[in-house]
Amino acid sequence: MKARIYVTLKTGVLDPQGEAVKKSLHVLGYGNVEEVRMGKFVEVDLQAGDPEKARQELMEMSDKLLANPVIENYRVEMVEGE
Amino acid sequence: MAELSYREMGLSDDEYQLVLDIMKREPNYLETGMFAVMWSEHCGYKNSRPLLKNFPTEGPQVIVGPGENAGVVDIGDDQALVFKIESHNHPSAIEPYQGAATGVGGIVRDIFTMGARPIASLNSLRFGEIDDVRVQQLFAGVVAGIAGYGNCLGIPTVGGEVYFHPCYRGNPLVNAMCVGLVNRNEIALAVAGEVGSPIMIVGAKTGRDGIHGATFASEELSEASAEKRPSVQVGDPFMEKLLIEACLELIKEDLVAGMQDLGAAGLTSSIAECASKEGRGVQVDVALVPRRELGMSPYEVMLSESQERMLIIPRSGCENRIQEIFDKWNLDATVIGQVTGDGMFRVLEGEKVAGEVPVAALTDSCPVYRREGEEPPYYQEKKAMSLTNIYAENPAAAILKLLASPTIASKRWVYTQYDHQVMTNTAVVPGKGDAAVLRIKGTGKGVALTTDCNSRFVYLDPRAGGALAVCEAARNLACVGAKPLAMTNCLNFGNPEKPQIYWQMENAILGMAEAARALDTPVVSGNVSLYNETADGAIYPTPVVGMVGLLEDLEQRCTMEFKAEGDIIVLLGNSSRELGASEYLYLCHGIEGGEVPQPDLQQEKRLIDLLQELIKQEVAVSAHDISDGGLAVCLAESAIQGKIGCRIDLPADGGQMTGLLFSEAPGRAVITVKPANLGKAQELAANYNIAATVIGKAGGKELIYNGNGKPVAIVPLAEASQAWEETIECYMK
Amino acid sequence: MRFGVVVFPGSNCDADCYHAVKDVQGQDCEYIWHQQSKITGFDALVLPGGFSYGDYLRTGAIARFSPVMPAVVDFARQGGLVIGICNGFQILLEAGLLPGAMLRNKSLKFICKPVNLKVLNNDTPFTNQFNQDEVIEIPIAHGEGNYYCDPATLGELKDNGRILFSYCGPEGQIGDDHNPNGSLNHIAGITNKEGNVLGMMPHPERCSESVLGGTNGYGIFASMINWLKEARA
Repeated sequence: MKARIYVTLKTGVLDPQGEAVKKSLHVLGYGNVEEVRMGKFVEVDLQAGDPEKARQELMEMSDKLLANPVIENYRVEMVEGE
Repeated sequence: MAELSYREMGLSDDEYQLVLDIMKREPNYLETGMFAVMWSEHCGYKNSRPLLKNFPTEGPQVIVGPGENAGVVDIGDDQALVFKIESHNHPSAIEPYQGAATGVGGIVRDIFTMGARPIASLNSLRFGEIDDVRVQQLFAGVVAGIAGYGNCLGIPTVGGEVYFHPCYRGNPLVNAMCVGLVNRNEIALAVAGEVGSPIMIVGAKTGRDGIHGATFASEELSEASAEKRPSVQVGDPFMEKLLIEACLELIKEDLVAGMQDLGAAGLTSSIAECASKEGRGVQVDVALVPRRELGMSPYEVMLSESQERMLIIPRSGCENRIQEIFDKWNLDATVIGQVTGDGMFRVLEGEKVAGEVPVAALTDSCPVYRREGEEPPYYQEKKAMSLTNIYAENPAAAILKLLASPTIASKRWVYTQYDHQVMTNTAVVPGKGDAAVLRIKGTGKGVALTTDCNSRFVYLDPRAGGALAVCEAARNLACVGAKPLAMTNCLNFGNPEKPQIYWQMENAILGMAEAARALDTPVVSGNVSLYNETADGAIYPTPVVGMVGLLEDLEQRCTMEFKAEGDIIVLLGNSSRELGASEYLYLCHGIEGGEVPQPDLQQEKRLIDLLQELIKQEVAVSAHDISDGGLAVCLAESAIQGKIGCRIDLPADGGQMTGLLFSEAPGRAVITVKPANLGKAQELAANYNIAATVIGKAGGKELIYNGNGKPVAIVPLAEASQAWEETIECYMK
Repeated sequence: MRFGVVVFPGSNCDADCYHAVKDVQGQDCEYIWHQQSKITGFDALVLPGGFSYGDYLRTGAIARFSPVMPAVVDFARQGGLVIGICNGFQILLEAGLLPGAMLRNKSLKFICKPVNLKVLNNDTPFTNQFNQDEVIEIPIAHGEGNYYCDPATLGELKDNGRILFSYCGPEGQIGDDHNPNGSLNHIAGITNKEGNVLGMMPHPERCSESVLGGTNGYGIFASMINWLKEARA
């Protein structure tokens, strides 16, 4: 079973990287860009029978390791049939 | 954000009553918050101020003493060093990477705010025991945070220390020191400028991060601390780099009347501090403060601790040029208010007055607590522990064990993650000498930097331990050939409201003050970090000393490694067998006790002078002070670094050797000299009334420790190197 | 000779390179601000180390869009000498002046330490003061120096003597034990096809004077000056 985990910065947490990229996009002429937030994208391939249980496990993994709950949120997306 | 009561903000009932007396009315939410942060220990020094008065703060070398963003000392040629050490303990406990990174960012801002270019960083770090996985994560995170921030700024991280002890398990210490170089006529002080001057904020936008960070730093850590996570700030070293360059350009062109960084307690503190200097007032409009988040209240804007922001008060007529410089660096600068003459700190939100407090009430009316200390029972108990039957059955094994102790072992794993060479001034790199040495380009001079504190000494005997921290720092500078000039300190203690903790603090400060006087190293800056406690108890009292020294001639610098086979090894200072409070006792016998070796400040001063003379006259070719692990470890470290063994012979038999090998008595150092220079060395030592005893020779591939001619311990150099160099790397794999 | 040191926001070895060229080598040297779109009158350009634009997104990725970069590219196309050190190397890769890309160090950690390099080609504008296969010591300081390129490019680099420096042991041994960052084929520095653009991760400006513990970096700048002199003669 495959899952995708999107790790993003919590609202309100400063994203220096996103800010720098935004400024650079403005310089390149994309003045309509209002905000850029950078994040991480993690693909996990795991053995699991029960998708709901797998989702629980993936959320645990995210809490413990993949995301830093101090500053990051995450979203788990199960990818069926791949 | 849910509203907090004044108690939750950190004000006591009595303090709140005082606020009512001053205001003659109920303060509103914003005003209460402003009092709470300004009267926190972190900003107001309410518990430590009476004790800090004991420090000597003056001397011909001192240009600016405590009270500014950082201290300033003269290094000749119209140049000066600006330096300070500061803690970021609590933020690092909760988010090690960002906590440590923003700690570096904060102290660097203190330095360039004074108009100085930051030229070096050091870090004094303390963690629980390294075999604990949680400690490893903290340690790795803190080191990565320091590296991530400092490396990006291009400020070399050249030194520091790392200790491991169970007392720091839940409350690690992260103390960051920064040193800057400034021309004397460019030193900038925090002042408000003229009435009517605009107040500008520049740098990062303001978010909700770190609100009440200053208060938070003044509380004990608890399980609930994890819930305070949103107050962790995130650092942006790139923004800070731009600020450094832009602000230094402003000062070069003499465009600013006042400059202040936004640190603990954010806008509230930096504006109040600027204004208080000349009895000015200020009016700022929070609606003008550029923000990162929607819906922020005046309270949140005024208390935010968002990083990488500076406050600028332009010289009149210089506003346009300032704007040009900020444009060049792509920084956003905004006028948020102006200086007034009425002594009031007035916060507007558009047309509306959101809060109004007398500036002096925030900065000068902070209550001061003179507390009574109480000698804790452990003090006499531990001091009285008998050590008479203690000796090493296998001294060679003990030496290897000490070398592999994470506190003593090489910190290569740490310093290779720090860029320690950028700026191309680092003449003695980490690990090579007792202190880091930097050249001052364009002169023949060098400066030496170190941080030191043996907190076990301070715990077991705060008065002696405080003095010994100062002595060790000065001795380390002397071992590279530098003259100690002045110091900064970071006073890390537990909860001062507990009489036994207060007793530790009071005595440690008195001890430091005595040593600072005796060694002529006045205290020019510092920081106090209290409430370093968890449910398991307080940390050991840890008053970290950061010291700077001067080498008139950089060519006359000295490192610790043995230089050549056949060089004579000379012990400077009195031979000692005192094992009290040693790492050996702790590591090999599980004992933390016995009498802490007492400092002899006059003898220490003579040793420090002698070391400089021996190095200046090129008599000593290596020098290394005796500290953690005693003489045995001191010799091993010089041998490992020089890849040359040694053979020494001490006047003792078997069990008697234990004390001689492992005593951590102060006032001692080991030097090596060419055989032809031995007479000269002894003559100089006699001039300074310091014992100089030939104890052996450098050479071979083994460390041979003899007692009365008989081998007591033989350690192959390769084994010693492996133990010393690989310990931390093995744990951190 | 007249050198230009290009300064991007976040460059932090710009002053070090300036010092190495101007004070140590005694050459003319000037800073070139990244907003400048014209570069005239220079014999050689240095793209210094640092964290241009905070190294956000990818190292060098934002810097390569700086207004100065088209001029740097023109300068290189006309045969001018360009040396990119550390972040400068990363920018040259992003700008396409050199082939390949940089990955994070294998250890995932920033590494600052002296390393040994083998001079694999001493017949170049950057290495003519060294012997062929000479082992030199130069410090590195980077988090992303793990060079990568496709097999065809690697073959191309190898066959044409475009790998100037390989990480090696003190006796010139080449192998994983002596590779600090995991870079492909132990590559520490490469040139473009024409040989006038060098990218290298180690920092020659940090070891151009004995007070800093080594002088092997001196030879790289000295090679450039020597080559420029001969080209003029």
